[in-house]
Amino acid sequence: MGRIKTYFSTMDRTSRDDFITYGGLLVVFIVMQGLLSAGMLSNQMRGLLVPLCVYAIMAIALNLVVGTLGELSIGHAGFMCVGAFSSAFFSKINPDMPDLPRFIIAIIIGGVVAGIFGFLIGIPVLRLNGDYLAIVTLAFGEIIKNIINALYVGVDEKGYHFSLSSVNDMGMDPLNGNIIINGPQGVTGTPRSATFAISMVVLFISLIVILNLTHSRDGRAIMAVRDNYIAAESVGINITRYKLTAFTISAVISGFAGALYAHNLATLVATPARFGYNMSIMFLVFVVLGGIGSTRGAIVASVVLTLIPELLRPIQSYRMLIYAIVLIVIMLVNWSPKSRAFMETHSLKRFLFKKGGKEDK
Amino acid sequence: MVSFFTNLINGLSLGSIYAIIAIGYTMVYGIAKMLNFAHGDIIMVGAFIAYTVISTFKLPVWLGIVAAVIVCTCLGVAIEKIAYKPLRKASSPLAVLITAIGVSYFLQNSALLIFGSDPKMFSSVVPFGNLTIGPLQIPGTTIVSIVVSLVLVGALQLFINKTKPGQAMLACAQDRDAASLMGISVNGTITLTFAIGSAMAAIAGVLLCSAYPTLSPTTGAMPGIKAFVAAVFGGIGSIPGAMIGGLLLGIIEILSRSYISSQLSDAIVFSVLILVLLVRPTGIMGKVIQEKV
Amino acid sequence: MALLEINNLAIHFGGLRAVDEFDLTIEKGELYGLIGPNGAGKTTVFNLLTGVYKPNEGIIRLDGKDITGKKPIQINREGIARTFQNIRLFKQLSVLDNVKVGLHNRYGYSTAASILRLPSYFRTEKEMTEEAYELLKVFDLDKNAATTLASNLPYGAQRKLEIARALATGPKLLLLDEPAAGMNPNETQELMDTIKYIQKNFNMTILLIEHDMKLVSGICEKLTVLNFGRILAQGETKAVLADPEVIKAYLGE
Repeated sequence: MGRIKTYFSTMDRTSRDDFITYGGLLVVFIVMQGLLSAGMLSNQMRGLLVPLCVYAIMAIALNLVVGTLGELSIGHAGFMCVGAFSSAFFSKINPDMPDLPRFIIAIIIGGVVAGIFGFLIGIPVLRLNGDYLAIVTLAFGEIIKNIINALYVGVDEKGYHFSLSSVNDMGMDPLNGNIIINGPQGVTGTPRSATFAISMVVLFISLIVILNLTHSRDGRAIMAVRDNYIAAESVGINITRYKLTAFTISAVISGFAGALYAHNLATLVATPARFGYNMSIMFLVFVVLGGIGSTRGAIVASVVLTLIPELLRPIQSYRMLIYAIVLIVIMLVNWSPKSRAFMETHSLKRFLFKKGGKEDK
Repeated sequence: MVSFFTNLINGLSLGSIYAIIAIGYTMVYGIAKMLNFAHGDIIMVGAFIAYTVISTFKLPVWLGIVAAVIVCTCLGVAIEKIAYKPLRKASSPLAVLITAIGVSYFLQNSALLIFGSDPKMFSSVVPFGNLTIGPLQIPGTTIVSIVVSLVLVGALQLFINKTKPGQAMLACAQDRDAASLMGISVNGTITLTFAIGSAMAAIAGVLLCSAYPTLSPTTGAMPGIKAFVAAVFGGIGSIPGAMIGGLLLGIIEILSRSYISSQLSDAIVFSVLILVLLVRPTGIMGKVIQEKV
Repeated sequence: MALLEINNLAIHFGGLRAVDEFDLTIEKGELYGLIGPNGAGKTTVFNLLTGVYKPNEGIIRLDGKDITGKKPIQINREGIARTFQNIRLFKQLSVLDNVKVGLHNRYGYSTAASILRLPSYFRTEKEMTEEAYELLKVFDLDKNAATTLASNLPYGAQRKLEIARALATGPKLLLLDEPAAGMNPNETQELMDTIKYIQKNFNMTILLIEHDMKLVSGICEKLTVLNFGRILAQGETKAVLADPEVIKAYLGE
């Protein structure tokens, strides 16, 4: 009790901001869960619940790298891919475990494996800067996708078999063996354990991890590196360490998202559209449209931008075109210095309070 | 041994197409300081225009190529004016990157609406067949690709080093503000850059589809990304670097596809890029710029 | 023993000897000035001292310990903190957080403690906030420090915040690179008082680069004059400023 009291007394604007995020998300969860239990959601909407959570988690994970650390990553779908396949692998080889504990372990495995990848990739990648770092993350994302696409894993009495070229190459007993990862055909028959409730819990946990990290000593160091790495070094901040911290934690959370994603699909394949740079770019769009650095914005943008094409489904053939135009227009309106100045002088607030344009300067 | 040379020549051919695309990427990056993600889709537009003129309207090949170049040049300039220019002074460089992605989606989906998703068979624009040197069979498209890319790079180098607009490009690439103080029209120079880059993309599109004849709305996406990799590989902002990067990338891709694994060739290409960047963080021909303290 | 001892320091960029045969000794508690015309190599000396550049020759000793060629982070941990000529604040962070980043290495709790919000998080954060406010008070920056972004501070206040951030790292030696640049005479006077205050109350040794002669002659006890990367004159402030060579370098013939 005492600690809660101190918490509120020391609560500043940022913590209050966090509470709005948590609270809003909780309300959305309760409403959606209520509608879901009451059977009031359309099929389409029900099918979207888990992917929406997955995208929201990816958006906040990527925001930690792009917004908080200030480095551009176009390979985050790769970490999600690793999380998805490693967790699906675990669930497939443990068919007899009860569903919920197996899924929890699978999520953790997805996160840990993705985290290890994030750490190992981060060591060389984070030495680079700006666009070079971006292109290397893209390259790693493509490599991961490419290798998983060529990966065959099977199990028989003699144990596990691997190959990077074909099923027959594995040397597995063709009669009694069981193919787990089947190259471009991916993983089939992963238990569909991902419910909306579990996905929301994972989203909450990810959110807590990211917000708590951001508002701590480590988070300050990460943002200091972003704002001015030379000054950060001059006050003794170990740049590599904090870049790696942010990158690895982001990869772990992407792994969680991947695990949810894998356990929501009957067939998990690493096609270009699913785990390639296209998907990484989609997450990047969420982050930028949500307002770079804003965790809540990232969540809202991921939901809105996933729903727009879905709502446009009736006009199937035009929907992606409209989506593209909406994206360009939003960027131009939000980011162009001219339109920003225009919005400032013509804002509703100013109109209501009848303030002149000049005196505020 | 013969098969090795055949592969090498195929690699050079693919590489010279990458090089033409990469030069467009690198010029825009060097002067406008932005990654034009839609560059790959301009290739696709160029190929579709040529396809429409040549196969649908049954007009001569040269007209198809000229039409593709003109349309892509106008398209590139229009995209720059409408979508990129307003964001040139935006507070985050990511803004214009995301807009470029939006433009890329826009082009792909427009093509999807107009031409449909089934791949079109593109008939090669090269009027002659294979050239036989001893045991070697060299396809006509290969020779044309290599020659065209060499001619384009040579012409571009001459243009940049010997003409006033070319010098203005160099000046803008070094310091845009200083260039504008010297009376150089920065807007005009950036427009010119987009025009040249897009015209080259159109040519690359025609060559690419002559060598690999399936044409669909996503045709430009992967070559676009690969060319971007090639540009970084050679040192982004450097035209000779883009040329070398493109050629190397094409050779590595074809050789690894033939000798190591066709499934893993992309992974190998990207791994080589990572290795190069770890040894030389600004690419093969890139300059190291240290921030002044 | 002197706090800072530099012997025969040199660095060249290509053929240019930016700093050459540079010697400097600063005693504990001294307020020392480094002056010279533009391009004389003053900031380069700072960059050599803080590990931004590695010297080609020479030895730098802090408190008797050789720190030559160490990295910026290590040098900060050994006890040298600096400000920058072109202000380098953490612009998107609050004024308070800028100072708290400076306190980073003097307080600690684990990453796990921050994510799980363990008691050590609350305890340490509270201590850090308190010390940060104490420092900010010295510079009269404590008002709304938690809600004002560093980039929204007026220019003079930004320079002061940089000094506060440097002091937060608990240095033995404080390097100030043109602290009065861009300030009006009133602000400069105020800054001079603040620098004196720091020297006295923090028992701080200070080396500063400055062009404002009023500030230099007003507070520096000793001076070194650099010209074309070499020492032109060195010693007590008054004597150095009366040196005809120095006057010639500043005013021309």
